[in-house]
Amino acid sequence: MLRYVLKRLASLVLSLAVASLIIFTLIEVAPGDPASFMLGINAQPETLAALRAELGLDVPKVQRYLNWVGGMLTGDFGTSYTYRTPVSEMVADRIAVSLPLALYALALSILIAFPAGIFAASRRGQAGDLGVMGATQLGVALPNFWFAMMLVLVFAIHLRWFPAGGFAGWDKGLIAGLTSLTLPAIALALPQAAILTRVMRSALLDVLGEDYMRTARAKGLSARQTLWRHGLRNAMIPVLTIIGLQFSFLFAGTIIIEQVFYLPGLGRLIFQSISARDLIVVESVVMLVVFAVILINFFVDLAYAAVDPRLRSRA
Amino acid sequence: MSLLEIDRLSLQIGNAPILKEVSLTVDPGEILAITGESGSGKSMTALAIMQLLPRGARSTGTIRLSATDLTALPEPELCALRGNEMGMIFQEPMTALNPVHTIGRQVAETIRLHDPTADAEAQARDILTRVGLRPDRFPLSRYPHELSGGQRQRVVIAMAIARHPKLLIADEPTTALDVTTQAQILALLKGLVQDFGMGLILITHDLAVVADIADRIAVMRHGEVVETGPTWHLLRTMQHPYTRMLFEASTHQVNLPAPPPPTPLLQVRNLHRSYRLPRTRLFSPPGQFDAVKGVSFTIMRGERLGLVGESGCGKSTLTRAILGLETPQKGQILLDDTPVGQDPGARRRMQVVFQDPFGSFNPRHRVARLITEPFHLLSAPPTGAARAQAIAEALTAVGLQPDDATRYIHEFSGGQRQRIAIARALIIKPELILFDEAVSALDVSVRAQILDLIADLCRTYGLTYLFVSHDLSVVRSVTDRVMVMQAGEIIEEGLTETVFTNPQHPYTTKLLEAAPKLPDLRMQHSGDGSI
Amino acid sequence: MSRTLVIGALLSAVLIGLALLSLIWTPHDHTSLNIPNKLQPPGAAHLLGTDQLGRDILSMTMVGARTSLGVALLALAIGLSVGVPLGLAAAMHKGSWLDEAIMRGNDIVFAFPLLVMAILITAVFGPSATNAIIAFGIFNIPVFARVTRGGALPLWEREFILAARVAGKTRAHISVEHILPNVLNLLIVQGTIQFALGIQVEAALSFVGLGVQPPTPSLGRMLADAQTLVTLAPHLAIVPGLAIIGIVMGLNLLGDGLRDALDPRLQRART
Repeated sequence: MLRYVLKRLASLVLSLAVASLIIFTLIEVAPGDPASFMLGINAQPETLAALRAELGLDVPKVQRYLNWVGGMLTGDFGTSYTYRTPVSEMVADRIAVSLPLALYALALSILIAFPAGIFAASRRGQAGDLGVMGATQLGVALPNFWFAMMLVLVFAIHLRWFPAGGFAGWDKGLIAGLTSLTLPAIALALPQAAILTRVMRSALLDVLGEDYMRTARAKGLSARQTLWRHGLRNAMIPVLTIIGLQFSFLFAGTIIIEQVFYLPGLGRLIFQSISARDLIVVESVVMLVVFAVILINFFVDLAYAAVDPRLRSRA
Repeated sequence: MSLLEIDRLSLQIGNAPILKEVSLTVDPGEILAITGESGSGKSMTALAIMQLLPRGARSTGTIRLSATDLTALPEPELCALRGNEMGMIFQEPMTALNPVHTIGRQVAETIRLHDPTADAEAQARDILTRVGLRPDRFPLSRYPHELSGGQRQRVVIAMAIARHPKLLIADEPTTALDVTTQAQILALLKGLVQDFGMGLILITHDLAVVADIADRIAVMRHGEVVETGPTWHLLRTMQHPYTRMLFEASTHQVNLPAPPPPTPLLQVRNLHRSYRLPRTRLFSPPGQFDAVKGVSFTIMRGERLGLVGESGCGKSTLTRAILGLETPQKGQILLDDTPVGQDPGARRRMQVVFQDPFGSFNPRHRVARLITEPFHLLSAPPTGAARAQAIAEALTAVGLQPDDATRYIHEFSGGQRQRIAIARALIIKPELILFDEAVSALDVSVRAQILDLIADLCRTYGLTYLFVSHDLSVVRSVTDRVMVMQAGEIIEEGLTETVFTNPQHPYTTKLLEAAPKLPDLRMQHSGDGSI
Repeated sequence: MSRTLVIGALLSAVLIGLALLSLIWTPHDHTSLNIPNKLQPPGAAHLLGTDQLGRDILSMTMVGARTSLGVALLALAIGLSVGVPLGLAAAMHKGSWLDEAIMRGNDIVFAFPLLVMAILITAVFGPSATNAIIAFGIFNIPVFARVTRGGALPLWEREFILAARVAGKTRAHISVEHILPNVLNLLIVQGTIQFALGIQVEAALSFVGLGVQPPTPSLGRMLADAQTLVTLAPHLAIVPGLAIIGIVMGLNLLGDGLRDALDPRLQRART
């Protein structure tokens, strides 16, 4: 078990190193001179020189990369050129919106998909199964931002159940915060729930064909008991993979949904920084998102080992 | 009155008839063997008794267990009977256990399910001890993947008999196991029947397995019971021609021509092949598995050499090394003094026939393209009329029609596919053919035909071959000389008849004793006068 | 032929057909402005109404769908042409350094959510349809590499591949002659799924301004324009949205139907 964890941990560190190298290369090396990119073609030579010094562009590239990585490890994400504030402070505010939104959506997706998938699998080929599968076909095809616009139209503008946009802030209380995140979370979650339902159903159906399910029936377990006691845990392995992927999709998906609901999350920060050509902010936020994705995949790997004893001993 | 009475059971899945008016009985303490080739309906009979039939199956007739008609019982009552009054063991021990639960939990589940107040854990420990898995060596906390195939089958048996059912059904319980393990499992089942007074239905395709332990035999074909009776009586009289055919095919002897005077063709010298094992501990060096450890032997021109051994003994690795599919770490393989390896010159002189009649052909190609694949080895492969001629000749040689060249592989039966595989091996007229478990996947009647074909080809083409198999009786009938392999080494080699009648190595003796044998009834037969 | 396959094929054929029709004919010129006639609801003159500049929405949608399909198709081509050879190469020598390198490279690319990849590329090279295609194309590469490798690995254990090796064929030769045709089913199915996903990705990227740029119409751009007007004229958002759903559903159903129709296990069960 320890060996398995250490191996996954090593792969986590390696992935982070490679990812940071890619991001650094794209942002700081590919455009040539980041300073002139950020200031545009009409920049004064003095301003350029000053910005270069400020960004530390006068040191060799390798040194710059190490400084950047070293800074992030100590919590220093650099200073925004446009806002003149530390990036870490700006990110902290924004992440308090984006991360809860992603987790809220993930929870909704799981809460919908598990019962729906189990229901469909246990009624394979019957009307209930066909109904669920038809609904998932629609759900999978739904673009989340378009669905978000429709939700706003119906539930915010016509029915006035939820705010059409903006974020109340966590200082107004948990309920107020969650209420402003509910429509965005539903918009994000529903298409993902459709995918997860399909995965859950097919994983269960695959497991139902396994020999040990027949063995369980021969012991005297009913079909339902067999499904719950022997099927579910074995079906979790493909389902966990998809849950891991969904988190990264949802976390990145908040970037778009925030545009529809005018939420002050990471997405708005990124778009503001892109239009302001503030590469330092873009670089750090992208690294942060990638870090979150890699970390989640690490936890998914640990969850595999918890579910499947073969992984624990094989390593 | 019998424990189990099946009366005129017929079964249909969709529109396909599976069973036709099957009637059988089993008494307490009795072992009934159901035997027959694939598609005979023997497994469906078992599933019908357990009432675990696939969807869309419809049946008529009755199945009475202790006078209760199972076909009329509602599902909850059937659940109460399964595992309690009747248990079942399946063929594939590697997949029959839930991989994510411990063996203790899986055995205890049967007990707890039918008796919630029982000390399930203690009972599970007892029953695992009874099937030969003592908790001090095999703790209840073991997972299935930590056990071998034979040990897993013992766990499956423990689960099935934990509640001392009156009826136990074993569907090919030893087919996936090695002969020595098979003998142990059969002995265990026999002992359990005596101890518990259970009725046992033993389903198998192998007549030899049951001849020894069954009280009665039922022979099935195409969903019908063609003959049934007490074992000795049935084997002695064999009223039905199909029973006779099965028996003869199982003990089939082919007629090999005498080999020419010995001149070496293939020489294997001190061959080694090992694989790295994954590390088991973090800081210890990775282990190493020696699949083949210093093997040396020679195949003479025109000789039929056998290679027998149990799974994992290294015979597959050895075969692959000879074919150039594996690179040995040490040693040499010489074909007429030329090293075999990537050299096409040597490779075109050898061909192979594999085990699986379904997996050895690309389903997207026609027979002509399939069997001419070895032409790739020739510097100037025949084209046009010469190619067509070669295809026709190869197909005719294996008993097929030249027209078959334009058909796809799925249009052929398992036996025909094995003929096509032999045609593919013959088409470039190799000097040596490797038969790698080439008849192991076939029904006995088809197997007998393929063995005859091989003997015919020996006569017409003077074949030299290495026949690799786990099946001792087959090797005995088609080889002149035999080698026995164990744990990566050849531990005995000699003339086939000598080795089989007078084995020198204790392992060979053990293998021969474990192998199921049909009684030699030929004498009684001819003296019987009834045929 | 299953019902899924028929419905999927029909739906995709009709919608893709309409998009292609826009090459030679649209009900109105989708570039002609007619401000007095703006924001018309669906009616006789304009079947699906007009937008804030008085352009015909049906014509815009037909042309826009064509753009979206083009983006998805090109990204698919990038993914297939790079991912499939990588997957074949990885499967050829399972566990070798090449296999490891390809699979680790895949993991790294997977760690960049699609949107993040698009943002990175856009931040440096500026927003354009080409960059959206490249971003989704790169995302497609590990998808196809994985599917190809996953389908190829069990084939390498099959005896017909061993027979081909005994016939002296090189691994590369076998990959092309035997492996590729036998993973084609998987690739066709995954291809329809990635194609459908491409439609959604184009829409999302163009919606936030990272994809297709004005004046080229695309389904995502139409939705971006509609966002501020959605309370005033909901049909501006509803029409392109339904077009996306229709195409994506059609392709997904087609993929599902093809998977069932091409699955050799199911075929054997049927005969």
